[in-house]
Amino acid sequence: MNLILTIAWTHVRHRARQTLVAIAGVMTGVGFSIMMAAMMEGSQDDFIRTLVDALPHISITDELREPTRQPADIVYAAAEFHGLTPDVRRPGIKNPMATIASLQTWVPGALTPSVQSKAVLRFAGRNLTTSIIGIDPRTEADVSNIATHMKQGTLNSLYRASNAILLGDRLANKIGARVNSNITLASAEGASMNATVVGTFHTGFRMTDETTGYVLLKTAQVLERQTGIVNEIRVRTRDPMAARLISERIGEQTGYKSISWQEAQEDLLSAITLRNVLMYTIVGAILLVASFGTYNIISTITHEKTRDIAILKSLGFRDHTIRAVFIVESLLVGLVGAVLGWIFGYLLTRGLASLEFKTPFSDYNHLPVLYSVKHYLLATGVALLSSVVAGYFPARSAARLHPVDIIRGAT
Amino acid sequence: MSAALIEARGVSKVLAGIVPVTLVQDISLAILPREFIAITGPSGSGKSSLLYLLGLLDLPTTGEVLIDGQSTTVMTEDERAEVRLTRLGFVFQFHFLLPEFSITENVALPMRALGRLPPRAIVARAEELLDSFGLGDHRHKTPDQLSGGQRQRVAVARALANDPPVILADEPTGSLDSVSTTQVFGILRDLVALRGKTVVAVTHDLNLASQMHRRIHVVDGRLANDETAAAPA
Repeated sequence: MNLILTIAWTHVRHRARQTLVAIAGVMTGVGFSIMMAAMMEGSQDDFIRTLVDALPHISITDELREPTRQPADIVYAAAEFHGLTPDVRRPGIKNPMATIASLQTWVPGALTPSVQSKAVLRFAGRNLTTSIIGIDPRTEADVSNIATHMKQGTLNSLYRASNAILLGDRLANKIGARVNSNITLASAEGASMNATVVGTFHTGFRMTDETTGYVLLKTAQVLERQTGIVNEIRVRTRDPMAARLISERIGEQTGYKSISWQEAQEDLLSAITLRNVLMYTIVGAILLVASFGTYNIISTITHEKTRDIAILKSLGFRDHTIRAVFIVESLLVGLVGAVLGWIFGYLLTRGLASLEFKTPFSDYNHLPVLYSVKHYLLATGVALLSSVVAGYFPARSAARLHPVDIIRGAT
Repeated sequence: MSAALIEARGVSKVLAGIVPVTLVQDISLAILPREFIAITGPSGSGKSSLLYLLGLLDLPTTGEVLIDGQSTTVMTEDERAEVRLTRLGFVFQFHFLLPEFSITENVALPMRALGRLPPRAIVARAEELLDSFGLGDHRHKTPDQLSGGQRQRVAVARALANDPPVILADEPTGSLDSVSTTQVFGILRDLVALRGKTVVAVTHDLNLASQMHRRIHVVDGRLANDETAAAPA
């Protein structure tokens, strides 16, 4: 064995109890760091995954990026307008099929037209405001996972009746509707129609399941009282993380407002970033506290070994060798603590993942955790770094010892 | 060019403080090969301080110490450590062995620090040195399992590990009984007579000093007398 390692190992081995306490400190720090990272990142990933699955990655709406300028505004430098009556009809996306065909040439993923509408749903004396989404069942499955969330019926069930509707299961329960129930839809545009419930779905998002209904495109167009209107093109990109860049390019190409899921959920993602900063601060603090234990043991050993250090220096050991001995000692404590911390962290994570609980916001009944090598490496890296720092100061003091002072004192 | 192994030129050591304390004052001397030298003097006269200066464990306030004709004042701390490792061997009043290591490991330490020999050869040489001092049967023991005299013999073996030409000993028999004192002194004498080493030993024991080739008497940090015997003891 290497000389430095031999001396370091002998020192820590002969201070078994103190060494074990220091190792336990690092182990606990690493273990809890791994568990915390697994829990935080697991819930974050799960949340984002559900979000990405439930929403279109990019939503192109019929709003223009820049409001249309009045002709006089273009001609005159200073012009004021009073009493203008804007068109109440939604413009919709011009030539939606041509736009989709054009985007399909370069957008990596799938696109589908849809109509977003609001209507009051009436059944059995109850009125509920509902988001109605007009979809094309043949292409809907390419852009959303609603097909996989069907509890009763399928997307193709929308073809079964003339005005068919799929309801969120919570919405259906709220109004007491079942499959084949006839309900009434009244839109803000004044259109009213009878519709047949042909299926129910359950996404796991309470808001969606309580307030959303899917109909065919043409049904939504009737509700909007605009034949042929498409006011949204929904895009599902192959790589959800590339949605932001693709969205920007779509916006530039079409001139319509194109919003990626990241942009739509910016507040949430900022909160997640903030949460990550907090998490890593806490993880760092845990490991910092653990490093005090390492500092304590190395300081104690250095103090107890003052005479040995003087002997080694008188024999001709160099300062950096002495320094290295004590840094290696703290690294040994850090390394053994980290390895034990992996096991402890893994067991804690497993334990946490097995806990059952109920949240009012979603259907999860287990805490989502993420097992990632990155967490283990990160915790180990921080533990080793703090061990080196904790060992460095006592090691530096040891190397600076003047052998004559110690030898004189001893004799 | 001096043939001296160690040479002190006007060496002084003053401890700084509100009241500066002079430990060694303007000492010049040369230590030649195969000399067996006693540094004597009353307590607090500066004998040990002079030895530490000659052994590069301490730096002089003024003057310089030359090892093999080379000034050590201009050397870095690492270079002085290298000289201690290769050219000098130390034996202290207390054995100063590392308590957690076996005596073989203790003797092997300087060789391992130097790194010139392969591990097997280091162990073989350590065991050979222990054998030569009658400690062959104790090679796996730790220092606390040996008597005072045995520990001091291990310390001498460790001082010889890298085969340095000079052994510096600070009261090597100061804590030993008379039997052990005779044994350890005999070993030091044999180092000069049989192995061709130079031994410089600080001692209070005038009887032992009288058996050595040369006696350097220090009083109040000054060289009071430097006397060489007519014939080797």
